[in-house]
Order: sequence, then C-alpha cells, then structure tokens
Amino acid sequence: MSAAIELTGITKRFPGVIANDNVNLTVEKGEIHAICGENGAGKSTLMKILYGMQPADEGTMKVNGEEVVFSSPTDAIDRGIGMVHQHFMLADQLTVLENIILGAEPTTAGGAIKFKEAEAHLAEVAEDYGLTIDPDDMVESLEVGERQRVEIIKVLYRGAEILILDEPTAVLVPQEVEALFDNMRELKAGGATIIFIDHKLDEVLEISDSITVLRHGKTVASMPNDGVTAHDLAELMVGSELPTPDTTESTVTDHVALAIDDLTVADEDGRAVIENISLSIRKGEILGIAGVEGNGQGDLVDAIIGTTDILGGSIELLGSDLTKLSVRKRREAGIGYVPEDRHHEGLMLDAPLWENAALGHQTQEPYGSRWLLNRKGARAQTTTIKEEFDVRTPNIDVSAHALSGGNQQKLIIGRELTSNPSLLIAAHPTRGIDVGAQAAVWEQIRAARADGLATLLISADLDELIGLSDTIVVMLRGRLVARLAPEDVTPRDLGAYMTGAAHQDDNEAA
Amino acid sequence: MRRFLFAAAAPVGALVVTLIITSIALILFGSNPLEAYGDMISHASKLETQVDILNRATPYYLSAIAAAIGFRMNLFNIGVEGQYLFALLIAAQVGSLVALPQVFHILLIMTVAMAVGAAYAGIAGVLKVTRGVNEVISTIMLNSIAISGLIALLQQRWQADQENFTSTTLGTNPIDESGLMPNINGLLEIFTRDIGQGKELTGVLLIAILVGVAYHLLLTRMRFGFDLRASGLNPFAARAGGVPPKQMIVAAMCLSGAVAGLIGMVELADTGKFSPNPIKGLGFGGIAVALLGRNHPGGMVLSALLFAFLDVSSGILQNTEAATKEIVNIMQGIVLLVAVVAYGVTKRIQTREEARATAEALRATEPAEVVA
Repeated sequence: MSAAIELTGITKRFPGVIANDNVNLTVEKGEIHAICGENGAGKSTLMKILYGMQPADEGTMKVNGEEVVFSSPTDAIDRGIGMVHQHFMLADQLTVLENIILGAEPTTAGGAIKFKEAEAHLAEVAEDYGLTIDPDDMVESLEVGERQRVEIIKVLYRGAEILILDEPTAVLVPQEVEALFDNMRELKAGGATIIFIDHKLDEVLEISDSITVLRHGKTVASMPNDGVTAHDLAELMVGSELPTPDTTESTVTDHVALAIDDLTVADEDGRAVIENISLSIRKGEILGIAGVEGNGQGDLVDAIIGTTDILGGSIELLGSDLTKLSVRKRREAGIGYVPEDRHHEGLMLDAPLWENAALGHQTQEPYGSRWLLNRKGARAQTTTIKEEFDVRTPNIDVSAHALSGGNQQKLIIGRELTSNPSLLIAAHPTRGIDVGAQAAVWEQIRAARADGLATLLISADLDELIGLSDTIVVMLRGRLVARLAPEDVTPRDLGAYMTGAAHQDDNEAA
Repeated sequence: MRRFLFAAAAPVGALVVTLIITSIALILFGSNPLEAYGDMISHASKLETQVDILNRATPYYLSAIAAAIGFRMNLFNIGVEGQYLFALLIAAQVGSLVALPQVFHILLIMTVAMAVGAAYAGIAGVLKVTRGVNEVISTIMLNSIAISGLIALLQQRWQADQENFTSTTLGTNPIDESGLMPNINGLLEIFTRDIGQGKELTGVLLIAILVGVAYHLLLTRMRFGFDLRASGLNPFAARAGGVPPKQMIVAAMCLSGAVAGLIGMVELADTGKFSPNPIKGLGFGGIAVALLGRNHPGGMVLSALLFAFLDVSSGILQNTEAATKEIVNIMQGIVLLVAVVAYGVTKRIQTREEARATAEALRATEPAEVVA
C-alpha cells in the first residue's frame, strides 16, 4: 500500500533564507504523524507547500502514490487534503451548520441552499468520525475547543481524508487538549490520516504514531513513536553539533541592573501568560532563559521593553521603576533590544543601513535629538558599527534586505551594543545565521558582559544558553520552574525541566 | 544615477503606455489623437494657460502632500476632501468677521483653515487609536458628514444676504481685501511677458512650495519624520524602537489635515468668500497625485502639474472639438493605474538588483566570505 503523503527533496528558498532544504516526509495512511521543530525550522512552510499555498522550488509530492502538483489549496482539497489553521476562520454570527457549508453550499437550481441535505451529510460525517456537535449552535456561543472541532468537521465535510492541523493545541487549555486528542483518536479510527504540528513534546509523544523532526529547514529525524523520549526529541530539535561558546571567567558584580518583582502579565483574553515571576540580573551577568517556545518568554521581553501592559508587579532598571515609562523612555534609560525575529521587530528592510542603525536610538546622539535627525552622526556611527562588528556590506546606503541574515543580525547587535546599554535583551541572537556570524555575535556579547553589561538571553539553542549564561532559569507555562548553574547542567537536563519532566521545588526556583 | 534612472523609468513608461491606450481610445471614438494632443500642447504653450495650470497644480500639490503624510505611515486619509471644504467654509466665515492688517489677516485665515483641517482629520485619528476604527471608513464618513451635513447647514446660516439670492450674493460674507492672498503675477512677469486675459497667478503657490520644502525637511531631517517613516516601513520595529504608535497616528492625521486645510486657500484668494459651489474633487485628486508622485516632494510636483495640465486641457478640447473632453479624465485614470503597476514591477526589480549587486560587491572584495 502506498503512503498517504510522500514528499521527496522539497526545497523552498526565500530571499536570504532556505526555509526547506531537501526535506523528506512520508506519512502512512491512517496514522497520526507529528512534525516538530523550533519556530523557524520550516514546519509551516512545508505545510503550506503541502496544502498548495506556496509552490516548492524543488522536489516532488505524492498523494496516495500519485505524483501531484498543487497550484492552490483547491487542488489540495480535490486530493482529499484539508488544513485546520491555528487561527480559526469562522463567522461568529452564523450557526455551526452554516459555517461548515460556507463556501461549499449545496444549492438547488434556483440558488436556494439545501439545508436539509447539508445537515444529513454533516450528520453522516460526524457519525463516521465520531465527532459530536450541535449543528444549530451559534458559533459565538462555543468554547475554543468546540470551535476547533467545527473547523475540523468543516474540513471533513469537504471530503478531506488527510488532515493537517497547524499547532492545534496552542490555543487550548489542558482539558481541551485532552478532548482534542480524543477526537483525533476517533478520526484515526474512522480512517483519517492526520499530520499535526506541535512543539510541546509531551503532547507529541502522547498522541502521535510517528514523528518527524525539522531543524534549520532540514529533516533531522523521522521515526515511529516507540521508545522515544522528550529528551531525545529536545536534543534533535535544538541540535548540539554547533561549536560551544567557551565559558569564561565570571564577571558578575554585586550591582543589580534589572530587578523584576512578582511580575504578572495577561493576554488579551485575560489568561495569565506570566505568573508571579521574580528575577534579577546583575551588572556583568548573563541570565539565560530556557523554555520551549511559547511559555511566556516573549511576553516577558514585551513587558520589560514596554510593548505590553502588565497586570501586576514591578520592573526596575538600576533602581528606578520602569513600569510607568513608555517604550522610548525605557530605551533611553538604557535597554538594548535584539528581537527574536529581526525582520519583524528589528529592521526596516526597505530602508538604508544607516537608518536601520538609528532605529531605537533616534532620539539620542549621535543619531539625533529630540527634534532633529543627525544624518552625519548617524552615518558616522553606522560606519563604526560596520567596521567594529564586521557587517559585510559594500556601503551603508544599501537597503537592509540586501544583506544576509548574519550581517543583518550583526548590524542589530552592533547598534544595540554601541549605544552603551545597561541591559541587553537578546532573544535568539544567533537564530538563522551562519556559524561564522554566530561566533562573532557570541564574542561581542561576551565582551560587553566583561564591560559590565547585564544581559537577558533567551535562546532555543541550549548549548548557546549553557555556554554563555552565568545563570539559567527555566520557564514553563509562564512561571519560572527551575534555576540552574550552567556549569553542572546538560542540554538533556534542561530539556527535562523545559518539558516539565523534571521539577525543582519552588524555593529553589525562586 | 542608477537609482534616479530606476525612479524615472516607471513614470516615463507609464506615460508612454497611457498615450498609446488613450490614442487607441480616441481612434475608437473617431477622433484623431495627434490632432487632440496637438491642440492640448499648443494650448498649454500659452502663458495664460500656464497660469491656469499652476493655479490648479497648487491645490493638487497641497492635497497630495496631505495624503502623502498619511501614506508615509500607511495611513489612508481619504478625508482630505471633507477636511479642506470644511476648513474653507470656517476660514472664510472667520475671515469675513474681522478686519486686520493684511499680513495678520491672511495669517489668521490660514491658521484657522489649518486648525480646522487638523481637528477634523484628528477625529479619525482618535477614533482609530481609541476604538480601532479603520481610518478609511471614518474619513469617508467624515467626508459625508462635512459636505452634506455641516457645510450644508452652516452655509445656510452664514448666507450673506438672506433675502436676495442671486448668483453674486450666494455664499458667505465677502472677506475684506486685506484678507485675500495677493496674486504673484509680478513675480512671474519678471521672467515672461505680461499676463493677459485678466489671469492671476495665485499667491498660494508660494505657500505650496514652502509646504513642499517643509515636507521634505520633515521626512529627511526631523526626528518626527524619521518616526513617521519608520512606522510606515515596519510598525513593529518602530514600536520596539520607541516610536509610540498611537501618538504617531493622531499626529500624522492632524498634520495631514492641517495641510489639507490650506487647499481651499487658492479658491478663497480668488473668490474672497465661501461660494456654495466650490471646486470639488481636489481632495480625491490629491490622492492620485500623491500615488503618481510616489509621495516624493519632487515627484508630486510633476504629477500635480500633469494632472493640472490634463484638467486645463479639457476646456480646449471642448472648444476645438478635436476630442471629447472626458478623454482627460480617462488619461488621468489610466496613467495612475499604469504607474501603480509599473512602480510595483520596478520595486521588485530594484530589490532583486540591489541584493545581487551587494552580494557581488562583497564577493569581489572578500572572496573568502562564508555564505549562510
């Protein structure tokens, strides 16, 4: 019997990055196949290719043994592939039935919708796959988990037998996750094939039959879920073949630079994404935060730089309270920020390098002042950054998009470090850059640390965390669950804390 | 030089394509395109026509800058139309109530117009940041409220002669001579012969030039302009870089509205009052001029002149019957459409070209570079 999905040698390039590099994926009929990997590992790109949303540059796709080329999702749907997106696409003011048939309404010759027929077909589908839903409920009255079920049924209603679920558990609370998994088992029993994206390892291990791990756009492993542990997966996901940054002599001083006390942050729906976190970073110290992505690290960063409101607690920089200050005031007070995604929060891709260097510092010399932009000063400073931080560019007037990822990152690190911050927030500072640039970035961060910089380092590269940090804390579900000394911890240990497989009692963690 | 050629290629190409399409249209209508173009050009080569063109280009240019301020940070102020008409009415009424020395009188009227425009546009900005109302929707609605509501109402109340409606008495009380921006025929006549046919070159032209220079300085030399552009280029990076998004939205809308308020000054200098049928469409035209001129202070000068030239040409086409006068609207529409497409294409080529050139330059100097 041929596999439900067989992808061979899929390669997809975007300007400056290779999102998928010769990826292979085989999904057998009737199995639940998990795809895991860090953010940016290429999971979403691969799924978009499979669902016909983007064409692959190279490679072949086979569905049920037949080679296919999709030019749009319609082609994929015709082949029985359906996708449930992370963000629901439902009309609140319509009923479940109306939402399900939306866009595929059975109509009479006169254009009237045959609701009876639709309802019968829906009942059939629900029966086949053991999913229960009241077709007459208004979608606005449904819980998140139920809405997800509507999305799944919508896909099944259109005849999909291969389902792609894009991080389905990201929006769910634990009980809802259980319900989802029950539904997935029912679907499997009904004969469906499920590809599901997730990076919560315990969930992956619980539900999947086989697992494929992607890293940096490449398939690093594909195996049956048989005797695999969360530790193994964590190691595969983050890799450990990169050169380890050397641990150097401690430069930690007694002066506290950043002090966070009892910080709580809630998301738009009022769910706490950070709960009662307290931590401090001293001058000359690098505090590393380990955690599976989406456990509140991003929210912590947002809270410190001021792009999100906090619910409670305090944040102090060098003894002065930041919580009431605007982002600009905080940046001026000495917070340097290397964002997680340099294209999203770091750069203006269509602007020249010297303007990018000024971003975040435009109110301060040499880039500018309250009223004026100092073009001369900004250009001179950018030239300095180009030389000191080895940004490889013909000149400082090219647009940021023309540089490679590593050089873009060096520019960002350079602009933040040359502004003499008291605190540097570095989120995944070496993500997606080549080995040479990575070593340079480590070197720069270590040099700044020796000069007394306090650094908050967030990284999914556990070797990087262990190598650079003076102290490591682990975040899980918005809390600090462990506090570790990098000297006596291995990526394996960290992985255990990150996935909740190991525990420290509260006193130790705090 | 290379950059300049790239920048010029698209609009020139768009113009050529427009001429081709328009020629086909004219032939289909049974007109001779060469004859029509000939009439337009010979008409435009007369000094008096040129004065007309400048008088029309001036409000177009101001309107384009008003729109461009918003465009630069991805804000679509579609409400320039309502803002300038409302500002014109209030400024005309306020101007008619006072008697001041000339400089102060003119400055007062301009200040009132800018303040009204800013406040009216500011409503859309405040609605966006406090209630999340899309500015396109709110400014369109504010246009209707201004034009069909406020202006219709206040115009009746402030009608100069309540009993006697003749074409000359319709409108607000006339402003004293001291409040009217003088013409600058003298300035132009330094370079040319005397202007005939009683044509007057609007003094607001000088204001528009000042506004253009100020716009250029704001964007390139001022910290606020940098924040504005940063917000447009990447709002997330701008926010992380300390640019307050909400304040920027309100400030940009107000600034856009303030410039919009100046558009009506051209007409006010001419008529000296708010007449019930002011020239409409300058606000919407400005959006087109800004798009065609790529929000660039110099580019918008050229596109404002082009649109003004086409507007003014409609009259001569009607007189000579070389072609239907609507052809100029068709041309405005086509040139805009073609230009927007052409800009998109050149942008893509330029981006690719720059990445390639950069990579090449690096390979030449540093052959050992490790490519990620």
